Amino acid sequence: MTAAKASGYGDAIREGFEYLLGRYPKVFTIGQGLWSPWYVGNSMTDLDKKFGKERVIDTPVSELACTGAAVGASLCGYRPVVIHPRMDFMILAADQIINQAAKWSHMLGRQASPALTVRAIINRGGEQGAQHSQALHSWFAHIPGLRVVMPATPADARDLLISSVLCDDPVMYLDDRWLYERNEVLPPVVERPLAKEGPAVRIKGSDVTLVGASFSAYMCEQAARQLGERGISAEVIDVRVLNPFDATKIIESVAKTRRLCVVDGGWRTAGFAAEVIARVCEEVDGLRSRPVRITLPDAPAPTSKPLEAVYYPTVATVVDSVTRLLARE
Amino acid sequence: MDTLTELGPLADPAAVLPPINLSGFEPRQLRGFLEGMLQIRVVEEEIGRLVERSLARAPCHLGIGQEAVAVGVSHSLTAEDRVFGAHRSHSHYLALGGSTYKLLAEVLGKQDGTSRGMGGSMHLYGEEVGFMGSVPLVGATIPLAVGAGLAAKMDGRGAMGVTYFGDGATEEGVFHESMNLAAAMRLPVLFICENNLFSSHLYITQRQPADRIARYGEAHRMTSVTVDGNDVTAVARETAKLVKDIRAGKGPALLEAVTYRHRGHVGPKDDIDVGVQRSIEDLNRWKRRDPIDRFVAAATAAGVFTKADYTAMEARVRETVLADSAKAQAAPYPPVSALLDMVYAEEPR
Repeated sequence: MTAAKASGYGDAIREGFEYLLGRYPKVFTIGQGLWSPWYVGNSMTDLDKKFGKERVIDTPVSELACTGAAVGASLCGYRPVVIHPRMDFMILAADQIINQAAKWSHMLGRQASPALTVRAIINRGGEQGAQHSQALHSWFAHIPGLRVVMPATPADARDLLISSVLCDDPVMYLDDRWLYERNEVLPPVVERPLAKEGPAVRIKGSDVTLVGASFSAYMCEQAARQLGERGISAEVIDVRVLNPFDATKIIESVAKTRRLCVVDGGWRTAGFAAEVIARVCEEVDGLRSRPVRITLPDAPAPTSKPLEAVYYPTVATVVDSVTRLLARE
Repeated sequence: MDTLTELGPLADPAAVLPPINLSGFEPRQLRGFLEGMLQIRVVEEEIGRLVERSLARAPCHLGIGQEAVAVGVSHSLTAEDRVFGAHRSHSHYLALGGSTYKLLAEVLGKQDGTSRGMGGSMHLYGEEVGFMGSVPLVGATIPLAVGAGLAAKMDGRGAMGVTYFGDGATEEGVFHESMNLAAAMRLPVLFICENNLFSSHLYITQRQPADRIARYGEAHRMTSVTVDGNDVTAVARETAKLVKDIRAGKGPALLEAVTYRHRGHVGPKDDIDVGVQRSIEDLNRWKRRDPIDRFVAAATAAGVFTKADYTAMEARVRETVLADSAKAQAAPYPPVSALLDMVYAEEPR
């Protein structure tokens, strides 16, 4: 018996699409660069050949109209996935995502349900600079009516994609190119309702709670292992679903560890890390130390190498910060 | 008023337009046109009164004077077509066979309304008649209709997406993106511009280098027709031709219907003081082009119905609308629980 083959995060996304397109005739994908690995990496390779260019649609350079077309098709019974290969460009489609998709259920009395998935890719680093590097999940998590999902593991990359597309609500699914090489042996697909999905404990621990989403959750896991070598037992919680945000597991964890460090790939001010800390502080008394957040500095992404080197938090940033936190007590 | 315009007499209320040509329609259809226009007119006049009495507080954009467009267009639509509107969409919903009671209840924010009291005048919904929604974000439903066209093409049953928008929306980028996308993908979409010559307050030549909207359709290589939007049979005739080609798979088309709203941008008043080029003289000249009066003149002259028939029809429509209004005023508001229960289609976590 040979060992099962591990799949990368990008492959896992592709498997999710293959599962959906193969089983659900109302699913289609639309966006710029879907016929080109240059845009979407290995996450959609040859899907157009397997399922046809009518269901894997590459488009004109029109983020807003293409997103609107996906919303419109979803109102007519389809389950489109509109893909923005770089999140920054998705801002051009903000009206359709925020004013339309997120609002239609409520403002039309729950009769119209834009069951579309907006997949956007966070694609940072490599000196790409201010307009090619943004992680805007906090912005979108602020919008009632829009579910926001950020998978950190290959299994979640596949399964949360499937849950998102099968959900009757508009979902923003954000994947991160920095995770594409993360590998995991994938279990068989089990369809799970997205409304039942939420934060998950990745590593159990007792001294401190580390919270992150997407690549930040991956950093938290790596940091927890290094902290373990220093005798610090860190519990790691992967947020997975940022909106609607169910903080129960995080609150329960901090009630136990009584220390909190939130890592977020977004900016500090009014960012998702602030939301996590607020939820905890509303519920948990007697923290042993002040909550810590590790975020991007409040500046656009730089292009210059030495500036970029200090811009993004690393696993070492998390390890040092938590170590100092405990040493201060 | 600018005199040098591409629309010529259609946009010049001092010019005399030809009488309405009734040929090609049966008396039953012609009476249907009149009843449709009257229903819209009377409902909107009633909405105006509800606003004046502060019973309706949500912004109401009345299309009094523009009734012929939706009635003429709807003549060629089926229940399979997917129609989207904008901020001034009472007529679009009603012309498809929408319920006057549900519309009035929605305008009043009542739970029997088209949108269960959650939308008001600017957010209407009526899937049962093919009306897939209207919203006030200018141009926002144009790509939705393109998506409906994409869905219709995938369904392969000959239906199409339809979008109504005003001349102001043609200044939004999404209009051009949507036309390009629909044309490039050869989608069954009917773009309908109700060119009433005004955005909220500016005349079209203060906003665009030309007043004729059909030029944009031509740029996107689709069949584009400008029609007298106050002539219901002309609108019906031109729409029928465009729709035949769209259903035959020839791609999208643009219909530009030139018309004029008698009331202001929002609310029941004339607002002649708001538009830089909107004077009481212009308004009065446009009222002489009233789509209902013109149609009644042509139809009575042709003996399709008598003046007395018309008076009786109007009284009947008015009686129904007033009864619906009274019932809507007495209807309950949505429960407070709707505030949080309607946010998601599925239960939130």
